[in-house]
Amino acid sequence: MSSGANSNQRYDAIVIGAGHNGLTSAAFLARAGLKVLVLERNSYIGGAAVSRELHQGWIYSNCSYVCSLLRPEIYRALDLARHGLQIVPYGGGVTFTRDGDYLGGYVDKDVKRREIARHNAHDADAWQRYSRDTMRQCRFIRSLLLRTPPDPTSLKLRDLRELLYLGKRFADLGEQGIYDTIRFYTLSIADYLAEYYESDLVRANFSGSGIIGTALGVHSPGTAYVLLHHYMGDVDGQAGAWGYARGGMGAVSKALAGALQSFGGEIRCDAPVEKVLNRGRQVTGVVLASGEEILADRVLSNLDPKRTFLGLLDQKSLEPELVAKARNFKIRGSSGKLNIALDGLPEFPALGRNHPLHCGDLHFLDSMARFERAYDDWKDGRWSRDPYLDLLIPSMTDPTMTPAGKHYMSVFVQYVPPKVQGRDWTQADRDAFRDTVFDQIETQSPGFRKLVLHAEVRTPQELENEVGLTEGNIFQGELTVDQLFFNRPFPGFAQYRGPLRGLYLCGSATHPGGGVMAAPGANAAREVLLDLGRPEGVPEGWSDD
Amino acid sequence: MTERAPIFIVGGGHNGLVCAAYLARAGRRVVVLEAAERAGGCAATHEFHSGFRVSSIAHLLYGLDMQVAGDLNLTQHGLAYAQQNLRSVALHTAADALVFDGDSASGAGLDAADRDAFQRFVAARRRFAAVLACWHAAPPPRLALSGWRDALPVAKLGWAVRRLGRKDMRELLRIATMSVDDWLNEYFTSARIKGALALDAVLGAWAGPRSGGTVFASLHRAAGGGAYSVPQGGMGSLSAALVRAATAAGAEIRCQARVAGFEVVAGRVSGVRLASGETLACSGVVSALDPQQTLLGLLGARHLEAEFARRVQHLRATGTAAKLHLALSRAPEFHGLKTQDLGERLLIAPDADYVERAFNPAKYGEYSPQPVMEIHLPSIHDASMAPAGQQVLSAVVQYAPHNLAAGWPAARSRFLETCLETLARHAPGLRASILHAELLTPADIAERVGITGGHWHHGELALDQYLMLRPVPGAAQYATPVAGLFLCSAGTHPGGGVLGTPGRLAAAQLLAREAAP
Repeated sequence: MSSGANSNQRYDAIVIGAGHNGLTSAAFLARAGLKVLVLERNSYIGGAAVSRELHQGWIYSNCSYVCSLLRPEIYRALDLARHGLQIVPYGGGVTFTRDGDYLGGYVDKDVKRREIARHNAHDADAWQRYSRDTMRQCRFIRSLLLRTPPDPTSLKLRDLRELLYLGKRFADLGEQGIYDTIRFYTLSIADYLAEYYESDLVRANFSGSGIIGTALGVHSPGTAYVLLHHYMGDVDGQAGAWGYARGGMGAVSKALAGALQSFGGEIRCDAPVEKVLNRGRQVTGVVLASGEEILADRVLSNLDPKRTFLGLLDQKSLEPELVAKARNFKIRGSSGKLNIALDGLPEFPALGRNHPLHCGDLHFLDSMARFERAYDDWKDGRWSRDPYLDLLIPSMTDPTMTPAGKHYMSVFVQYVPPKVQGRDWTQADRDAFRDTVFDQIETQSPGFRKLVLHAEVRTPQELENEVGLTEGNIFQGELTVDQLFFNRPFPGFAQYRGPLRGLYLCGSATHPGGGVMAAPGANAAREVLLDLGRPEGVPEGWSDD
Repeated sequence: MTERAPIFIVGGGHNGLVCAAYLARAGRRVVVLEAAERAGGCAATHEFHSGFRVSSIAHLLYGLDMQVAGDLNLTQHGLAYAQQNLRSVALHTAADALVFDGDSASGAGLDAADRDAFQRFVAARRRFAAVLACWHAAPPPRLALSGWRDALPVAKLGWAVRRLGRKDMRELLRIATMSVDDWLNEYFTSARIKGALALDAVLGAWAGPRSGGTVFASLHRAAGGGAYSVPQGGMGSLSAALVRAATAAGAEIRCQARVAGFEVVAGRVSGVRLASGETLACSGVVSALDPQQTLLGLLGARHLEAEFARRVQHLRATGTAAKLHLALSRAPEFHGLKTQDLGERLLIAPDADYVERAFNPAKYGEYSPQPVMEIHLPSIHDASMAPAGQQVLSAVVQYAPHNLAAGWPAARSRFLETCLETLARHAPGLRASILHAELLTPADIAERVGITGGHWHHGELALDQYLMLRPVPGAAQYATPVAGLFLCSAGTHPGGGVLGTPGRLAAAQLLAREAAP
């Protein structure tokens, strides 16, 4: 992977961090002919998009685990298929009920409607309305994903043009559409769903997408929007569908790295950056923990603004106001993960054998109150006693993950605090947390525990220590309206540029946020190229729609 | 020739009376139909124990529309203040009280940094609240952005933000949707200041300090100028002044006239039906009742387009505030409170987490085991409220959700006990001096005053129900889809809090519509 750069070498651009966004930025810059170097702290690339063999014979997507939001424009432009990335769609999902029944989210729309009707006839009709309205919000935001947010206070031509574009997109929604959109961005997921569904079970079934990765409860205003981060993607043109990267999420990073290298870019692992160097207001390169200096006039940071501005920059060069903004940026860890090696396929009696949804997302919270109480626990600084799980068995769809006949289970857990009542996680905490999750799975899959060969327990603390995501927040910063679009990461710094000339941010802490979209990386590359007077590298407002 | 049929104002709350006064001043024949024995609605004074009187629901004025007060000569019609510019005092069971007076905070444990932060915070809140105040002065525009003519009033809203200057504009766009907890954490280290300011943002709301949008609620409250005052004789004397102003202008006020429904002919409201069976022809109706009751109850969904009716049905209006009234044989002694501060606005909200924890149970249809309170003793500054030497304590208590799972009849006495326990922790000798206690739950308020959900603001004051979204799109400019039927309650722009602005703006809209060809 490493291709021995030496300290005398000079690059056009250095990217700090080989997460999917860092690799994407680097690939676009290399494609435009820049001499690019990516520096990665770990001995492996990928950040939170990795495949790791942590139990012999088992490959875990041990952080991010499913794929949908990766922008098709980027997939195509970087020819990721040629570099080995294959997205395999998986089927639907299930919400189990405590009384032994379930609500099935089938892929086939008619079957799904009939299934909802089995629980509540009114809600089956409402689902059509819900799908239509939610997809309308998806279409609206999709057009903004590969655009640089305008600065609403600026009178620069480009900002005014982008504001006008935004105004026009709004006007296109029509009067009622505008009202609906404002409400959508300010409602809680609970209130949004209540406008459609009567049944508590049906509401709970759709609630998870509003709070995944977010330190807010289903009743917190602003959570309806988070829904979009789970609906605005697609797999093979199927809007809202989700899939697996064959071979695990590391395949995404591998393909991006392949693309980068095909354009002549370089990657160095085990190369933690200590500081960004500057002369006056101009970036001049980086210095590694080893003391080695590498020079470049442009440095892109895949790290969040706290780590970048407060950790890597010379503090004397920063305005106190910027320091305050970086400190106030909300990055709250709220989720954890279990990666489990299984001796066989666990059964879920509610589904019976050979059920088509067995390979989908399995969920266990069947009421809004259970969701909200799970959040209340997090506020008190402990993991949810009755958590929200998003459970998948990727090996049912992708047999390359495990030895034949064995299985890999990925369990995303919400809510898990970055610290347990203010102190660091202990091994006893981790064991108790694992047991909480196992207990919930056992309620629907008796005997599940006996199948467990190995379980990796990941709390926000592991995510922070291994991947460098502050507080273990999977989106590199809360996805609340005060931190979205021209407010992401904070006002005045939403156009990917840092406080020094030549310094850029390219991680998920920038617009449009997290979820393995690679859009922040592409947008940051566009800004770098624009500053070089080469606007053709990453088109503005690039959209397949 | 018969005289032209009158315009009926349904409900004699403060907004109804304001609207009536303005229409009468414009020469319209106006009749206010009030179900109760006396007009006043939420701004009323009642005797809850022999010789003890209290402001029934709202107990402090903090945003009365100064234009209304001036136009209607309320001072001349008898509105006087027992006390103005009340200070806010944060109580604590184990420490001296903190006193907030304008932009200064003082009290035990506050250091220079806290005091300085408080000053900066109040100044920032004032600057941002001024934007809202500017928006509140006119009806909200529609967002039909099909041409320049439509865009102009919208641009005007934007201009109020733009005028702040680059730094403040950025800041307002950032904080507008934020939770007050996050905002306060950026300013303060003192838990007690945060607690008191968090309470201001959630009074009357189905929200806790960590709920998004509570910064907005805090700015909304500050938009009225941020000063608290108490009318002489309680809030009922504000209504009495409004009644006199309306009557002097020529409006007629008919009490004990409960409206049961509207007559609609060819899409236009042609009359009102009273509960007594009487039907009265009208030339128009302005309803001061909450939007749900007006549109779904009195009018009926059958007169409305389905999508519009659905929006009204989904209005968020679950009241969480209860009102506690105590007749006391002597003045209470609160821990850490100086005697001269007893007549101020006393707050029980020791820290923001306490407030958030108080909100938690409301989400599950339960009341707070440790409630927050806004307390005022009107009798300290107004001898007419209690017999000599005795006192009245009036408190807003949260959270007491209207939709209590256990049902209020079963839970009422337990919740009263919870309230008294909370008070007694701050004022240990209080219990022995209680002559009588009255608790009004949101269910009682719903029944007594006739507000859906017992919600003071006639619908949650939140961003999804603000400006052109209040109460719902299609009725946000006071006119409803049914010709001749208007809304003027706190459920319309700019919202609740005994402002009178909805009444004034609704009257202006009605007159403008009449004048339009």
